[in-house]
Amino acid sequence: MDRFSWSNGLLEINETLVIQQRGVRLYDGDDKAKLDVGVVLLSTHRLIWRDIKNHECCISMPLSQIIFFEEQAAGIGKSAKIVIHLHPPLVNKEPGPYQHSKYSYIKLSFKEHGQIEFYRRLTEEMTQKRWENTPVSQPISTGTGYFTTYVLLSSVSMQGGRTRAVGIVGIERKIEEKRKETDKNISEAFEDLSKLMVKAKEMVEVSRSIANKIKDKQGDITEDETIRFKSYLLSMGIANPVTRETHGSGTHYHMQLAKQLGDMLQAPLEERGGMMALTEVYCLVNRARGMELLSPEDLVNACKMFESLKLPLRLRVFDSGVMVVQLQSHSEEEMIASALDNVSEKGSLTAEEFAKLLGLSVLLSKERLLLAEKMGHLCRDDSVEGLRFYPNLF
Amino acid sequence: MHRRGVGAGAIAKKKLAEAKYKERGTVLAEDQIVQMSKQLETFKSHLEEFASKHKQEIRKNSQFRVQFQEMCATIGVDPLASGKGFWSEMLGVGDFYYELGVQIIEVCLALKHRNGGLITLDELHQRVLKGRGKYAQDVSQDDLVRAIKKLKVMGNGFGMIPVGGSYLVQSVPAELNMDHTVVLQLAEKKGYVTVSEIKDSLKWEKERASHVLDHLLKEGLAWLDSQAAGEPQYWLPALFSELTSRDITPEEANQMTP
Repeated sequence: MDRFSWSNGLLEINETLVIQQRGVRLYDGDDKAKLDVGVVLLSTHRLIWRDIKNHECCISMPLSQIIFFEEQAAGIGKSAKIVIHLHPPLVNKEPGPYQHSKYSYIKLSFKEHGQIEFYRRLTEEMTQKRWENTPVSQPISTGTGYFTTYVLLSSVSMQGGRTRAVGIVGIERKIEEKRKETDKNISEAFEDLSKLMVKAKEMVEVSRSIANKIKDKQGDITEDETIRFKSYLLSMGIANPVTRETHGSGTHYHMQLAKQLGDMLQAPLEERGGMMALTEVYCLVNRARGMELLSPEDLVNACKMFESLKLPLRLRVFDSGVMVVQLQSHSEEEMIASALDNVSEKGSLTAEEFAKLLGLSVLLSKERLLLAEKMGHLCRDDSVEGLRFYPNLF
Repeated sequence: MHRRGVGAGAIAKKKLAEAKYKERGTVLAEDQIVQMSKQLETFKSHLEEFASKHKQEIRKNSQFRVQFQEMCATIGVDPLASGKGFWSEMLGVGDFYYELGVQIIEVCLALKHRNGGLITLDELHQRVLKGRGKYAQDVSQDDLVRAIKKLKVMGNGFGMIPVGGSYLVQSVPAELNMDHTVVLQLAEKKGYVTVSEIKDSLKWEKERASHVLDHLLKEGLAWLDSQAAGEPQYWLPALFSELTSRDITPEEANQMTP
């Protein structure tokens, strides 16, 4: 780390930025450098590092200092690194963060990845050695040199009244402008959002008042009115307070959905032995829709209506809490009988083996085995080798 | 269900109630419902105006999404309750989170044979981002957490366990009580844990430690390295760093237990 010098981070006239990567911490040999995480920049001539929070803290080193470098793979809790071995420091080297170091190598630790590309670019630059072809003036230190170069850069870039962004300063200025504009947009958005929320809150209060009145029976409301009220709540995303117990959460929307599902799921259910986990259904349906997706609650509420709409599907909740949609035609007895048959035939089965036999998911085949066990047809052998089911001979 | 408000007697009763309430100056529920529908139309147009100006903000800016969600929660509104809700339809928040839900389920399913249904929020985040491709919107861990909370209603055992400053996401209905959770937290530093470590750190009896570890083995959440130097080590695939493990097939996974 004693090969680095303080720098203002400005590029020379013939110097070009090759790549930069944020989230990089420096190491003096194997020890963490007494610097925070920052941005590392590779130019045609130098390796530059700047503190992310404190832009004044900027250091650089000529690429000619590098002997060779290698990658160090990441480990558990450790980021990937590039280890750079260095020539001894130049006699007339400008002061830097370290006066002296016992190490002749440094490491770049890539906390936000990017090491692969950086390594590739560094290899390119070290192979091409472009700094040898386009020599720049002495490395600029803070002081008069800074102003001279800055003025030089600005005057070069003022053409036709338009300021062209040159070098790091230009890039930073652009980023700052963009950030200011974004900030302005954001504060306007937040302001508008707050105003909107005030109005939304009014709607919530109105709905609460209505719900209370329904509870206290202040006026009779018809079934139609109840359904309308529920759909208003659905539009606003307000939880259904009183009416849920008496009328359920379903609305016309859910009824329609239930019918659609009834059509759509017939074939997939048949293919999967008559049963699908609700999460599977969720993925299947939403992938098919592409947009205007269903929320998990929409799906559950629609499935709850299968029975009342006399559709040939049922929503079922197992003891474990797993929720499935199953074909009405696949009765419980059939499932248990099939489980018993398969287990008897093979002598014993685990959930994984059963799943493979039937082409079901492991989760659902386990539920079937558990169900058969609950009914007394199978018994279990529970060991660290897994859960295995046998016909119940007791 | 009997239909209310039908028949001469009921009509008369209703007229009486109306009269009584109008006298006292209170408004009946039915009248309020009619009022509400008008107010709803007004609100809808406000939301449309907001959407036309700021819809992009919600999709691009994860900080803004967090603010939005928190404000909704404060006033008692769930913008993700239904795809048919105004919020979802007009701001597009719904599709963003519901699609994320699909991606989360798919990642968890794909890795279940390896980690037993337990995955760190970090790994889940990385894999979801990878699956979304270069040009998809950025997704934050807060987004994932909210999407997962919604998935819970589908009953498939989605849950989150606080571990080492972040979370483990559970996607199978395995029974995990406080004892299991505490052992998972202990294992987080190195990716594995031993009976002695449990006894030393948690001051448990050997039987209690073994019981918990056996359960984790059975559920496929832990693998046993009985050839480790010293004593057997119980490794948690969920905690393996992505870079130091290779993907194994389901067949290999089945052969892993002792």
